[in-house]
Amino acid sequence: MAQLSYREAVAYGIAQEMRRDPKLVMLGEDIAAAGGVFKTTVGLLDEFGPDRIKDTPISEQAIVGAAMGAAMTGIPVIAELMFSDFVAVTWDMIANEIAKTRYMTDGQVALPLVIRTANGGGVRFGAQHSQSVENWCMMIPGLKVVAPSTPTDVIGLMAASVRDPDPVVFFEHKALMAMSEEIPDGEIVDELGKAKILREGTDVTIAALAAMVPKALEAAERLAADGISAEVIDVRSLMPLDTRTILGSVSKTGRFYTVEENPRVLGWGAEVVSIVTDEAFWDLDGPCIRITTPHIPLPAAASLEDMAIPSVDRIYETVRRTAGGSA
Amino acid sequence: MPTEIADPRYDYALRPPRLPQPVDESMASQPIDTDIRLGMYRKLHLLRQWSKRAHDLFLQNLVKGTTHLSLGQEAVATGFSTAMRPDDYTFATYRGHAHSLSRGMDPGEALAELLGRSNGVLGGKGGSMHLTDVEKGMMGSYAIIGAHLCIANGAAWSAQMRGTDQVAVCFFGDGTTNIGAFHEALNMAKIWSLPVVFVCENNLYMEYTPIDIVTAVPRPAADRAPAYGLDPIVVDGNDPDAVYLTAKAAIDKARSGGGPSLIEAQTYRHGGHSRADPGKYRPAEEIEAWKGRDPIPMYHDRLLTLGTPEETLTGIEREVAGVVDAATEFAKSGPEPGEAELFRNVWADGGAEWRN
Repeated sequence: MAQLSYREAVAYGIAQEMRRDPKLVMLGEDIAAAGGVFKTTVGLLDEFGPDRIKDTPISEQAIVGAAMGAAMTGIPVIAELMFSDFVAVTWDMIANEIAKTRYMTDGQVALPLVIRTANGGGVRFGAQHSQSVENWCMMIPGLKVVAPSTPTDVIGLMAASVRDPDPVVFFEHKALMAMSEEIPDGEIVDELGKAKILREGTDVTIAALAAMVPKALEAAERLAADGISAEVIDVRSLMPLDTRTILGSVSKTGRFYTVEENPRVLGWGAEVVSIVTDEAFWDLDGPCIRITTPHIPLPAAASLEDMAIPSVDRIYETVRRTAGGSA
Repeated sequence: MPTEIADPRYDYALRPPRLPQPVDESMASQPIDTDIRLGMYRKLHLLRQWSKRAHDLFLQNLVKGTTHLSLGQEAVATGFSTAMRPDDYTFATYRGHAHSLSRGMDPGEALAELLGRSNGVLGGKGGSMHLTDVEKGMMGSYAIIGAHLCIANGAAWSAQMRGTDQVAVCFFGDGTTNIGAFHEALNMAKIWSLPVVFVCENNLYMEYTPIDIVTAVPRPAADRAPAYGLDPIVVDGNDPDAVYLTAKAAIDKARSGGGPSLIEAQTYRHGGHSRADPGKYRPAEEIEAWKGRDPIPMYHDRLLTLGTPEETLTGIEREVAGVVDAATEFAKSGPEPGEAELFRNVWADGGAEWRN
């Protein structure tokens, strides 16, 4: 057992996969000597050398394009985009090329690649360096999307993403970088498309992602003191989506909440809620409720950002106010 | 369609014509094997006759959507593909029919793809703008300007890592030189010394607009080369021999570790940008002059001068006509794809499931 922070887990997970597959390479801005601006790639240059850990110019289209070209010709690649906001700079490459090429070529082209990127707010970087863009990627057919909430999940889902033959967008959350936990010994390999029930409950189901997961857990603790038993699901993987775990939980509790950091309109929870109302309507005791960042660009000031992103208080109060008769 | 423009200042058809350079007669005496030259003559004809057939099938309403022909530009694909090794990589744009056929894509499967049939090379799912045949080294036709230069870099990087000596050749139009991805790709190719050859087919028009009025330099590719530490290379894109020799030099350089090249092949498309475009924004004198520089009759005459009998050339033309007829029959006979194809191959497991 070793104690690892979320940021250390990123490098740990990459190193585990690079030792396993000598063909695997990584490219991105400031990832080699600098160890990444979030220090998530520290030590990789020393162990794997400059041919496998490659610094690039500030050229997001060239970075992701190179990853695609290498992947389609037999080299598995991890590409880093420093901030997930920069997904927009190379959106053509991700949404038009990587997501669609296997389908358009009827399976001729395989793209075993992972795009890693630092996502989310809570660090006062303002509107262009704090966005939660997981819903952008989720809505494009052909992309897999994961967003781990713990160091162990970072390692396990990194392994699953690298080993997956399809392109995966891997969201690392900036606000979780310092979170630390004991991780198990030996190889850690997880599975895409599997949600995790982190806390069992009987009155309400709360589905959360990435940095919203610890907040949902804390809110559940407070709800328990008020006699409301909340089941908390870490969704982990938006694509594929583990709807079975969510529907199973809702059928038990009858009340469903999502906690989403992405702005409200067409956030990931909108799709999940639509599935729940379609398929578990008769199990519901009340409306499904989405707790999200409002539909605004993220502000920089601490006071404003804290109002925008769902807080423990907001989750607790929303559930407390609406859980109604089941409490 | 911009067929009549009220203010003549904005009618591109009234601008002075940009005329082709005369044929460089010295190309005839270049030491190129007769077999190679005859192979190029066949390719020119295959690309021309196949494309004309595709056009005919539009007129019969058998090809839906759009298509972008390269009638008149065949010498570029012909010269480059002839200089490439079978395991080299081609990356093309949506104007990629000629590049696909020139790498050996089955003409029937290519035509069936345009007709949206399940016996198309992509099962009918890609269409005219995405022809791909990985087994033949045809790594795709990319329909968003600029992206595939970056992707070609990746294939070249991969070849470098795998130590295979493969070269990636990436074709694009003059319009591409004004998009950011072009510049990102050239810079990365140079700093990583990638085995990639970038080929700008300068046909003088970015879609409907003369390239010179939207570009800061007269030669859209060649004049940008020095900014990336590359030589400015210009070739007559309507002379298969000139293209072949230039291609060979650049590919050999890339293969032997010499890094990337950027080549501007000057050419002209006989038709419009796409099926919807009659191309009337071009001066009549210009079109006439370039049609007079059509690579096919020129090459026919050169081969005659070099001693190939007329009947050999007519034999090639007839053989290709048979191939194109057979391709047409194959394409027309294919069934339309159905629900199985609709949900096939989104993911590597062959399906389209996204939830449990």
